Amino acid sequence: MISFDRVSFTYSEAEHPTLHRVSLDIPEGELCVVVGETGTGKSTLLRAINGLVPHFSGGTLAGTVTVDGRTTRDNRPRDLADVVGFVGQNPLASFVTETVEDELAYTMENLGVPSDAMRRRVEDAVDLLGLQDLRDRSLRALSGGQQQRVAIGAVLTASPRLLVLDEPTSALDPAAAEEVLSALARLVHDLGLTVVMAEHRLERVVPFADRIILVPGNGEPLVVGPPKVVMRSATVAPPLVELGRLVGWEPLPLSVRDARRQAGPLRTRLAPLVPPRGAWREPSADQPEAASVQKLTVSYGPVVALDGVDLAIRPGEVLALMGRNGSGKSTLLSTLSGMRRPTRGAVLVEGRDPRSVRADELVRHVGLVPQDPGLLLYGESVSAECRTADKASALASGTTAHTLDLVMPGMPTDRHPRDLSEGQRLALALAIVVAPSPQLLLLDEPTRGLDYPSKDRLIGVLRELAAQGHAIVLATHDVELAARVADRAVVLADGQVITDGPARRVVCHSPVFAPQVAKVLAPEEWLTVDEVRQALEEAVPA
Amino acid sequence: MTRAAVPRRRSLHPVAWWLWAAGLAICAMRTNNPFLLALIGAVACVVVSARRSSAPWSRSIAFFLRLGVFVIVIRIVIEILFGQRGIPGHVLFTLPQVPLPSWAAAVSIGGPVTLESILDAFVLGLQLAVILLCFGAANSLASPYRLLRSLPAVLYETGVAVTVALCFAPELVQSIGIVRQARRQRGIPTTGLRGMRGIAVPVLESALDRSLQLATSMDARGYGRRIAVARSSRRLAGGATVCGLLLMMVGIYGVIDGGSLLGLGLPILAVATLLCGVGLAVGGRRTARSRYRPDPWRQPEWIVAGSGVVALVAMSVAHALDVAGLTVSFSPLAFPRIPLLPVVGILVALVPAVAAPKPGGAAPLVAPGRVEEPETDASPPGRQRETVDADLTGLPS
Repeated sequence: MISFDRVSFTYSEAEHPTLHRVSLDIPEGELCVVVGETGTGKSTLLRAINGLVPHFSGGTLAGTVTVDGRTTRDNRPRDLADVVGFVGQNPLASFVTETVEDELAYTMENLGVPSDAMRRRVEDAVDLLGLQDLRDRSLRALSGGQQQRVAIGAVLTASPRLLVLDEPTSALDPAAAEEVLSALARLVHDLGLTVVMAEHRLERVVPFADRIILVPGNGEPLVVGPPKVVMRSATVAPPLVELGRLVGWEPLPLSVRDARRQAGPLRTRLAPLVPPRGAWREPSADQPEAASVQKLTVSYGPVVALDGVDLAIRPGEVLALMGRNGSGKSTLLSTLSGMRRPTRGAVLVEGRDPRSVRADELVRHVGLVPQDPGLLLYGESVSAECRTADKASALASGTTAHTLDLVMPGMPTDRHPRDLSEGQRLALALAIVVAPSPQLLLLDEPTRGLDYPSKDRLIGVLRELAAQGHAIVLATHDVELAARVADRAVVLADGQVITDGPARRVVCHSPVFAPQVAKVLAPEEWLTVDEVRQALEEAVPA
Repeated sequence: MTRAAVPRRRSLHPVAWWLWAAGLAICAMRTNNPFLLALIGAVACVVVSARRSSAPWSRSIAFFLRLGVFVIVIRIVIEILFGQRGIPGHVLFTLPQVPLPSWAAAVSIGGPVTLESILDAFVLGLQLAVILLCFGAANSLASPYRLLRSLPAVLYETGVAVTVALCFAPELVQSIGIVRQARRQRGIPTTGLRGMRGIAVPVLESALDRSLQLATSMDARGYGRRIAVARSSRRLAGGATVCGLLLMMVGIYGVIDGGSLLGLGLPILAVATLLCGVGLAVGGRRTARSRYRPDPWRQPEWIVAGSGVVALVAMSVAHALDVAGLTVSFSPLAFPRIPLLPVVGILVALVPAVAAPKPGGAAPLVAPGRVEEPETDASPPGRQRETVDADLTGLPS
């Protein structure tokens, strides 16, 4: 279906090729997952399939990419639109029309499909992806999961033989991601479509994959093979695989079900051991609060985003704010940071209303890292960015640069912030926010687009900050992150707090929010592979 | 075969509404009788209130009404301040006159204000206001997006570009707000020249980013696919379109300004339309696109468009017959006569208020049972908007 014949690609003005003599064959009807760290060329590989690389991106491509017998040399992306359906990272940015139904028909209109066939295929796509109730809706009023399904449907109606998706679930909460992935699995199984997708959160996609393409980067050859083989030695792996490797399970489990079947002996071994206690302590009244939220209600017109929320946040605690898209997490963060006025109730940060504090003083009390850290950055270079931050918060010069060095050593200081990787950008934004040493640190969806090594580093930094006495609140969909870093978890639904307690207890008992390790080892409350490893190592000598 | 007793709710073909509105607007251009103008405005308002949908663009009529009032007021104020002096009439009041040097004799400031001059100004303002109102009525009744969809194939791609631009402007405004808040979070000033730069750079960057992503998506989805056609047919298309457009300009001038061109306006317009049609049809062969659920052109469309044409024809016939009362003058002061034929014609344009199908299928922005949470400040521009989603699985207790 797809064949890469000794393909090398170099972006213009780049010193090293992004792809180096890649040879690859993907047969029809497979679900391939492209994995690898950020910046190794996953997106480039995907875009080479339908000719966006090099027709759209520029640069030099050597070798031949053939899709369904057509080469990208002779066919531009628009000429391949009937064979390859391409879904980019951000569905909303890819929508051309206004309503769902028009969007579903758009590709077909370009291809000149006769109108009765169009009508039929739109109905088919609506049924396949469960879009019945959405067809007249405005695309902008849909939730993330719905948008992603419409984006898939919009390329599907052209009846391509191949779907290419770039991180289709990175912005989605666990339930919505499940919804999109099961739709994809259905397309592969029922229609025999070939699917190639890139993904960072392997725990979500590996169980569905027929084949893994590992892009190691640095011009090293790709590793291609069935998941069970590739995952045995892959540098990036979901927690389930790491657990399997730790315990030496054979064959390597890829789904929770496989792992649970083999986990009987491990559970018995772990039963007498106690998982290390998180740092979470029972609230004590005499401890001063870093922030408190009292009967907070925030509404936008008739829509109530937060409804009578009470919350006390203590210094040194890491609080994971969870809940589906639109449950009020971001609203709570922006209210805590003083950007939004409470409709009723109050928010106090270190005993003061953040709205009454001047902006340049507020940065010493509360700092927010937004979902897109790039929003905070506008300087010409990393070092210029650090200097601006020092000046704006009246810090001793060099403070931010020093903080940055702690967060991520060896940042290229002369680089433009836009040319940094996702992880580096987050590190820079985090350094800028943390440098004035705010008592309360807020992070909105910090792991979006982060690979495993960057995530590990972030977790280390957050634990360190918590140990220094900062209170940290992170809104996240990433259950593995919450399991590893949080002491306390708060689940929001429809603007109300429905669960508040130690992270371990909260996530272990929720089928939606439980991390993979917890699902495998339930009813014992283990959260991470590291905990298991530590416990086993301590247990062996005894 | 049975016919449904209740006609299916659907939106009328946008071109029908525009033809109807154009008919009324041209009527308004050809008379300055305040009663006829008021009647045209009233007809437009009645039809809009009877047949507009709940879509956001339907509210634009209110804006055009306000704009119309503003135009009339401005016209009268200008007349009072700078109007021509020295014409005899009923002086209402006298403003202190500003003496101007002799070389500026054509301009005068202040002086006696006559009832006649104010009435003249009012009628001129009213004419412009009613033309604007007709335009607003078309805007409220027909979705601008659907109008773009009914463009001929050769213009479609330009149409898509316009649609994209229409969606883009509000997003730019939104992202400015988001970036401002992010700046404030860093304790960096958001006003002044440096503050402006700090906001403009990220906003433009994200706008560029978004445009690139959109362009990628459009390219990958077959936008701009071409079929090879002979060079001669490309030339024919280009030539016919240019000549057609030029002739159309001449023709429209002839129709609006009834006196010139010896009544050749309509024939010229017809030839021009034909030429343009040939150009578009030949040009359209290069694109292989088809149209999803095109708006049908059925009886209601004929009635709506026809009623606008009837009004226009009645007005033209009245002009040709030189019926008194089409062009009124207030010096000497006299009550304008009301000509019967144009009145009947304009009243025919009221028919769409009952003949057009009720709009129903128009897409509401937010469906009932669903609440939309405005984008929070911390989320990036153009990214996924969070919504409270009723159909995701609930959390277990």
